[in-house]
Formats: sequence, C-alpha cells, structure tokens
Amino acid sequence: MVVSDRQKPAASAVSHAEQALPELAAQDASSGRLRIKHLLGLEGVCREDLELIFATSRSFKDVLDRPIKKVPPLRGQTVVNLFYEPSTRTRISFELAEKRLSADVVNFTASASSVTKGESLRDTVKNILAMKTEVVVIRHPCPGAPHFLTRATDAIILNAGDGAHEHPTQGLLDIYTMWERWGEVAGKRVLIVGDILHSRVARSNIWGLLTMGAKVAVCGPATLMPHFVYHIGVEVFTDLDKALAGGADAINCLRIQRERQSSDFLPSMREYSRLYGIDARRAANLRPGGLIMHPGPMNRGVEITSDVADGASSVILDQVTNGLAVRMAALYLLCGGQAPERVEEGL
Amino acid sequence: MIAREAYRSVGLIAGGRVIDPASGFDGIADVHIDEHGHIQRIEKSPGGHRADSGPQAVIDATGKIVAPGFVDLHVHLREPGREDEETVASGSAAGVKGGFTTLCCMPNTEPAIADQETVRFVLDRALSAPGRVHPIGAITRDREGKALAQIADMVEAGAVAFSDDGAPVASAGLMRRAMQYAQMFDVALIEHCEVAELSAGGVMHEGVTSSKLGLRGIPAASEEICLMRDVALARETGAHLHAAHLSTRGSVEIVRRAKAEGVRVTAEVTPHHLTLTDDLIAKDFDPLLKVNPPLRTLADIDALREGLRDGTIDCIASDHAPHAWQEKDGEFDLAPFGMVGLETALGVCIKALVETHILDWPQLIDCLTRRPARVFDLASGTLTAGAAADVVVIDPKAMWTVSLETLTSKSKNSPFLDWELPGVVTAALVDGRLVYNSNGSRHATGSTNAKRR
Repeated sequence: MVVSDRQKPAASAVSHAEQALPELAAQDASSGRLRIKHLLGLEGVCREDLELIFATSRSFKDVLDRPIKKVPPLRGQTVVNLFYEPSTRTRISFELAEKRLSADVVNFTASASSVTKGESLRDTVKNILAMKTEVVVIRHPCPGAPHFLTRATDAIILNAGDGAHEHPTQGLLDIYTMWERWGEVAGKRVLIVGDILHSRVARSNIWGLLTMGAKVAVCGPATLMPHFVYHIGVEVFTDLDKALAGGADAINCLRIQRERQSSDFLPSMREYSRLYGIDARRAANLRPGGLIMHPGPMNRGVEITSDVADGASSVILDQVTNGLAVRMAALYLLCGGQAPERVEEGL
Repeated sequence: MIAREAYRSVGLIAGGRVIDPASGFDGIADVHIDEHGHIQRIEKSPGGHRADSGPQAVIDATGKIVAPGFVDLHVHLREPGREDEETVASGSAAGVKGGFTTLCCMPNTEPAIADQETVRFVLDRALSAPGRVHPIGAITRDREGKALAQIADMVEAGAVAFSDDGAPVASAGLMRRAMQYAQMFDVALIEHCEVAELSAGGVMHEGVTSSKLGLRGIPAASEEICLMRDVALARETGAHLHAAHLSTRGSVEIVRRAKAEGVRVTAEVTPHHLTLTDDLIAKDFDPLLKVNPPLRTLADIDALREGLRDGTIDCIASDHAPHAWQEKDGEFDLAPFGMVGLETALGVCIKALVETHILDWPQLIDCLTRRPARVFDLASGTLTAGAAADVVVIDPKAMWTVSLETLTSKSKNSPFLDWELPGVVTAALVDGRLVYNSNGSRHATGSTNAKRR
C-alpha cells in the first residue's frame, strides 16, 4: 500500500540472467521456471516452485556423486556472500554450491559491530554491485534486510538467514530431505521442537511444509512460542509427550541458544532438557520410516541425546549434503535455469 | 521584528463555510479581521460584490471551509541539534501548510529543552517562523529521568507543558514528585507511556505480525501499565496528566474510566494510529512504518476512533517526527522511530474520520482547534471576536498526492507517500497575516537528501 514504484522492477533480474545463460534462455520460457525472482523466505512461495527446486536438487545431488563435482551453468557470473553474522556451515555450503556451479565467489564478512556503525547496508551492497556482481547471498541479524536489498538494488537476492525471520534454504533442505525419503510430504506429520520464537529455521519449515500439504505441529515452552503459530493451522503444544502421542513422521529438533537461560526465557538448561529434550524414549514415537532432524550445530545432551542424534532414524548428516544440492538448485533456478529434465542438456 | 509581519495582511475572508467550534458557529459567512490582526466579527455573507476593505487583502473563500488555525500539541522540531532534519522555521512552515498555525514542540532536542536558556532559544527561533511555536520543557534534568528539571524557570520563560517525550519518566517516585511540583504552576505533564522492560528491543507492535516477521514486539501492556501508573499518581496528586499518542484499546478504556472518576487526565491520538495497522509492515519491512508507540491492530483503531468521538480522547496531535532519509533507508531494526505528520494530518483525518462518518466537519475541526487549545489552556483555536486572527481556509474537495516533492518539511519520512488525500489548505493566517497561500507556494522548499527508492 505504501508506494509500489519503490519496488525494484522485476524484469531486470531476469534479463541479466538470460544473458548469462543464453542457451537456456532461448528455450520455451513456459517450462519449469521459478515464479519467484528472489529467495527471501518460504512464506508465500507456491508449491510448483518448491517442487521445481526439489526436482532440480535431486539432479544436482547426482552431480555431487560424480568424480568431477563441477558443472558450468553459472560460469562468468559472480556471487557475493554477504555475511553480517558469524556462520560456518551455511556460508561454506553456499560457497561450495556456488563453486560447483562454476560461479566466481566473493566473500564479505562484516563484524557484528559494523551493522550499527559505519557504512550503510545500501552503500556496502551498491559498492559491491558496482564491481559488476549479479547475485547476493545475505545473512543479516535484522529481519527484512534481504527484502531491503531487493528494493535498493537490481541484484538477485538469496536470504541466508535474516534474524528470527526466515532461513529459506534451511527450510528447503529440511523439506527436501523428507521429500527425498518419502516421495511425498503431503499428509505427513512433522513435529518441530524447541525455541520457535527465535527460530528462522522453524518459520521457513512451517511455511514450506504447510504449502506442501504436511501436517505441522510445534512444541516448546510458552515463553518461546510466537503468537502467529496459533493462527495458521498448525498444532501447538507445550507438552512434548502430548505432541508425540499422535505419532510423528519427522521430529525436527531446534538448537536451543544457551543465552535464553540468562534472559528470562528459561529457568535452566536442565529443566529445558527434561521437558523438551529428544531421547530414545521420545524418539520411539516416530512412525515407521520416521526421521530425526536437526539444523545444527547440536547441543548434544540438551535438545537431543547422542544415541538419537547418531541413531538409525537420524538424517542429520544427509541434511548437510542435501543443503549443498538445494542451494545449487536455488542459485541455478534463480539465475534463470530451467526444469531438471533440461538440466542435463544445459550442463 | 517578527517574520510574519512581512506577510500580507488580510481584512476579510469572504463567503466560506465558517466553522468555529468555540462559539458553535457553522454557516456561510464573512470573517472580518481588524488592522491589528484580531478577529473583528463573523457576519452572515451578504453575497455578491464586497466593498474594498482598504489596504488589507480579501480572500474569496467561496466553496471552502474557514476554520480557526489548527493547534498541534505534539511535534518534534529538532532544533537545537538536528537542523538537518527540521528547524523551528521549517517545521512551522510545514505546519501552516498543513493548517497548523500553533505548534507545541517537544524537548527531546540536543541539548534538551530542559532549562530557561533553551526555552528562550526556541522562542527566539520562533520569531522567524511563520506560525506560533510554544516550547514544551523537559520534566527531568537533561531528560535523564534522574532529577527534576527547573520547571519554574521554564514556565517563566514560556514553556507551556512538560514532558520527557521519546521516553517515559521511568521512576514512579520521580513522576509523583514532578506532578506535585508542576501542579504549583498549573501546567500539564505529558507522559510518553511505556515500560522499558516490556518494550526492550521492540520495534513494532507485539502480535501475530511481529512474531511472523521475527521482529521484536512492543506489547500493548507496555503503554497501558505506565498509563495506569500515572493515572493513579494523578488521582493522588491532583495534577494534570496528558497522555501522549494513545495507541491501544486498553489505553482508551483506562482514560475513559479515569475521566469518569474525575481524575485530571487528557489524551491525544495521532492520525497514523487512527489509520495504519501493524500488518502493513509485513509487505516489505518498510522503516517508514516504524514509530513509537507502534502501529497496532484494527481493534485498536476502532477503539481510538470511538474514543475521539465520545470525547475520551481530547484531541488529534501529529507527533510530527522528522528523520533524515538515510536513517530510514535500511534495516527496519536499525531505523529510528517516527514519522512526519504535519502536512498529512488533515487529509488522513478526513479519510479516517469524516469520510467514515465517525465525525462531521465541525467535530473534526473541534479536535484540531478548540479541544487541543483547551488541554494546555492556549489562547489559540478560536474565531471569537478579539482573538488573534489565526485562520485556515480549506478546500475540502481538492485532492493531492503525498510525495517527496509535495512535502514541505525538511524530512520526508512519511508513511503516506503516494497516498492521495482529500482536503487542501489554500490559505493560512497568523495574526491576520497570510503566512501560507497554496497558489504562491506550491513548490517544495528546503533541501532534502531524500531519493526515490
């Protein structure tokens, strides 16, 4: 409602992608292209887009099993990884995905303090883009920072986590992991346990799973439960055993930040662990073929016990591998790539 | 010399619909102004040609509304300290363009308006402003919330009320002393109602939208608890509490009950809290929508509108809060709170209140003139014979589009950019002088670093 023309013209993102992949751009535009222009979050992303990303991820996962794990579609393009928050695994996963796609990669790591002083986000990004870069992967502690970049620049923006808002590639890799195992996510019951309030992983999972037709349940202490979950058709529990009583096809354990204990959200980690920790007894409620998931890094013995984390149902390391494939797929498709049956031709 | 003496003097505003809530007048009439700039009389229009009124100019107000100049009890003029964002003169220019001929400016400047010298400085600056400007002094020394400011000195220098606005007086003990002390001079204490522990880190209304966006929330209780505390203190001390910018349904109810009990409490509401909801932020995290108190929900808007209609809320105040564009052009979390509002208040209120039939025109004018003037006991806001001729002429049918170009304020941080608003102020008079005339000053003034995103 406020000023539509401050939105960046959508066409510009598409046009330079087409220049970069002329052989693909020449093909029928109606087949297997993403409707979204940026990956800002999973809220509002349609099922066709999600399925396209999953199908493409599967193709790239095959690539990762080859002896030479590199394909050329982003050759000549430059991707900037703009990290305003410390991150090891997400940044490495993005960087590897970009390199596997033959993109040139630039890493910009800003210290936490540079967010509040010094150069503005607009100026930083404008300067980097002035060096003729086209794609920005951004992690930032402020929700909406990636959305701001879509207004302020013409680059293709991928959100690698914006505060407590969304972490769409984590949501995608979690749901892809289920989709790969089960073939179908619709109708499955997925339980997300932990600090929902501060979790961008939970938000992206919730939106993506709802779009895919899964039944979503969330469980955590009332102090860490956000208002919106009561309004979007997910089951909400504060009692983990009640949440598990209905059975689950997947349990996604969120990492609990130890700071929550000192900031009044929780009386102690011991009490949290007793109420919300996933141990073998609780994991036994998984349905056949059920999955134990964790976005990492784990606090073993707090939100999850080691026997469960390393047990037969755990897909925690598959999630990491899938993260690479999903990020390759997202980058490839956002840069104008097309449906998987054409991937092989394009590659 | 006072700057407005350079403006043309007007002797007659002819043929408009004159609305003067102070006298209850509403009809087609002529407003006669004497050579000293006072209202002479209001006279039913004879129609047809009018005799020349000598050296003074005549304004033809046919088809227009003629009303007392509006009174805004809550603006931030940023001088001294942030003259890049606004000055007393530029804020007053934006004010008269929006119909506000009297502004009361908050003391959260740098340095704060917390002593006699700074009150005098602002009043000195006001001499070169087109409209009237009354400084509000700080309640506590340097607005630090630790010790009482020199209230008597500031009253003597011309401060009309006291507030630490931008922040509440956190200590209940200090607020109680302030009330006891201010009562000696019969001046209002304006509270920005907020409990820091509940708002800590919050950037928008706490609710479904904030939790969805992962933004930290400011719960309604943050405002309501502070307001309840101050109502209890006002009840006990007998002081006049004025609650700034009410934003929640609960707050309206607290003021309603306090008034029914006879507590000396008054309250204001802003045009943005009467129109905008928190869920707008979900569209694209636009920092132009960041304000404190935050935009709330539809249920709150309904309660605020009803509170204004039934008199629980005394008046409309803009809480005009200019900010440099670059500070609003980035991450939502990092942007400062506040919106400019002097120029959009009238149009937004017509849309929110008149077009929705919550208020009629005389009632809306009342909320902008007599009712706010009464809160601080100001002489403005009336067309009574002998009063200073502070008058606005409004074309109620004309539409205009809010844009970087059409805003006069030095800062352009309006949440209403690109809105088409009804009601254009075509002329504003202060002391009978034509300080604003839409024909002559349509061009934007002042410099700005704002750029279209």
